[in-house]
Amino acid sequence: MIVVNKLVKRFGLKTVLRGLDFRVEPGEFVALLGPNGAGKTTFLRILASLSRPTLGEVSIAGYRLPAQAGPVRRRLGVVSHLPLLYGDLTAEENLRFYGRMYGVPELNRRIGEVLELVGLAGRRRDLVRTFSRGMQQRLAIGRAVLHDPEVMLFDEPHTGLDQDACNMLDNVLREVASRGRTVVMTSHDLARTADLASRFDVLSRGSIAASTHRDEIEPNQLLAYYRDAIQ
Amino acid sequence: MKPDLTVAAPQSMPSARSSAFSDFWRALGAVVWKDLAAELRSRELLSSMLVFALLVILIFNFALELDANTRANVTSGVLWVTFTFAGTLGLNRSMAIEKDRGCLDGLLLAPVDRSAIYFGKAVGNLVFMLVVEAIVLPVYSLLYNTNLFNPGLLLVVLLGSVGYVAVGTLLASMAVQTRTRDVLLPILLFPVVIPVVIAAVKGSGGFLQGIPMDEIIPWINLLIVYDIIFISVAFMVFDYVVEE
Repeated sequence: MIVVNKLVKRFGLKTVLRGLDFRVEPGEFVALLGPNGAGKTTFLRILASLSRPTLGEVSIAGYRLPAQAGPVRRRLGVVSHLPLLYGDLTAEENLRFYGRMYGVPELNRRIGEVLELVGLAGRRRDLVRTFSRGMQQRLAIGRAVLHDPEVMLFDEPHTGLDQDACNMLDNVLREVASRGRTVVMTSHDLARTADLASRFDVLSRGSIAASTHRDEIEPNQLLAYYRDAIQ
Repeated sequence: MKPDLTVAAPQSMPSARSSAFSDFWRALGAVVWKDLAAELRSRELLSSMLVFALLVILIFNFALELDANTRANVTSGVLWVTFTFAGTLGLNRSMAIEKDRGCLDGLLLAPVDRSAIYFGKAVGNLVFMLVVEAIVLPVYSLLYNTNLFNPGLLLVVLLGSVGYVAVGTLLASMAVQTRTRDVLLPILLFPVVIPVVIAAVKGSGGFLQGIPMDEIIPWINLLIVYDIIFISVAFMVFDYVVEE
């Protein structure tokens, strides 16, 4: 579903990604782990077609980036640590706006389904700026799945959430992943990713330093595995 | 997984083109609707532009002790200084809203032609600017005891605003991605928009002073040409301006 070959990304003289190779099969949930500055967000922005690779090949669902960005964007749902929502619009109005941008058919019905999925049906007419951080993040997931994408990209979605909000977000993430979507999620929170992901890749110094499947490692060994990989 | 090309094959070229065309207008309409709905609720952008514009008019009113003849000469200059400065406030605020919660990324992730996003933002900004002008002109008329309800002047105001917003929206999209966006926009915008402002001041002054149409027409033509150039350039480069 996602194929990346020898990806290089430079900002001026600084090289952030150094010949990165990455492959995700349909339906996989890949947790991309790594320290600050490893290039996780840069990599995800390239996958999301928000940034151009300096060198290398990136393709999603058979479409190459950046040349075929249009079809890729139609198949992508992106959630970052920012909600990408308008504070002065209600939850329903935000979804209506994004639904029109994506040309979602039967939009009213779909908005209702998505608000039910993220547990915000009762707050549909409230302004987003009155929402807690956790509610905004749940609505952000609703925005990302509104057009029923095949691939979901999550960039540290737990940032700034308290314990209850994290648990609720995890339930939504499981629900999203259980529908057969391919998911790539960056995170610092090893304990949470251990429960969610089916594969763990460690990004260090601009390339994938290690990769393992969930059934190849004990959950309590993930921290040791991660530390070994980044050294 | 390779894309299934057989799905695309039966679609005829005209229908694909008409689909892209309707996608463009749907996205443009969605961006305009979103900006107007958010502004109707918050009134942050319009109120700041309006208060600023009225303060500038008031300051000029006290600063310039003008007799009737001199007034006719400076009115167009005072008006366009006011519109230009108030417009900068509006452009900055309009793009800052997109940046604050990462919404610009949300727009860029949509599978639509990015020029639809540009035109949507530009139409929204033009509506805000015209609303401010529609309030400032009568207030100016009252304070300076000058009749500004001249169809020719209103045409120049419209054409000047279109040119200003066309280039302003493009440069605001560029400036908003920097840390010094509030300072950077006027520095980028004013040198580029000078031809529009000069033509607008000359055209407005011509109508207010009752100069023959033969002498005003070249300025109006210049405004139309600049509007077309700025809109075309923005259409071509917006994609590159907003991408990293």
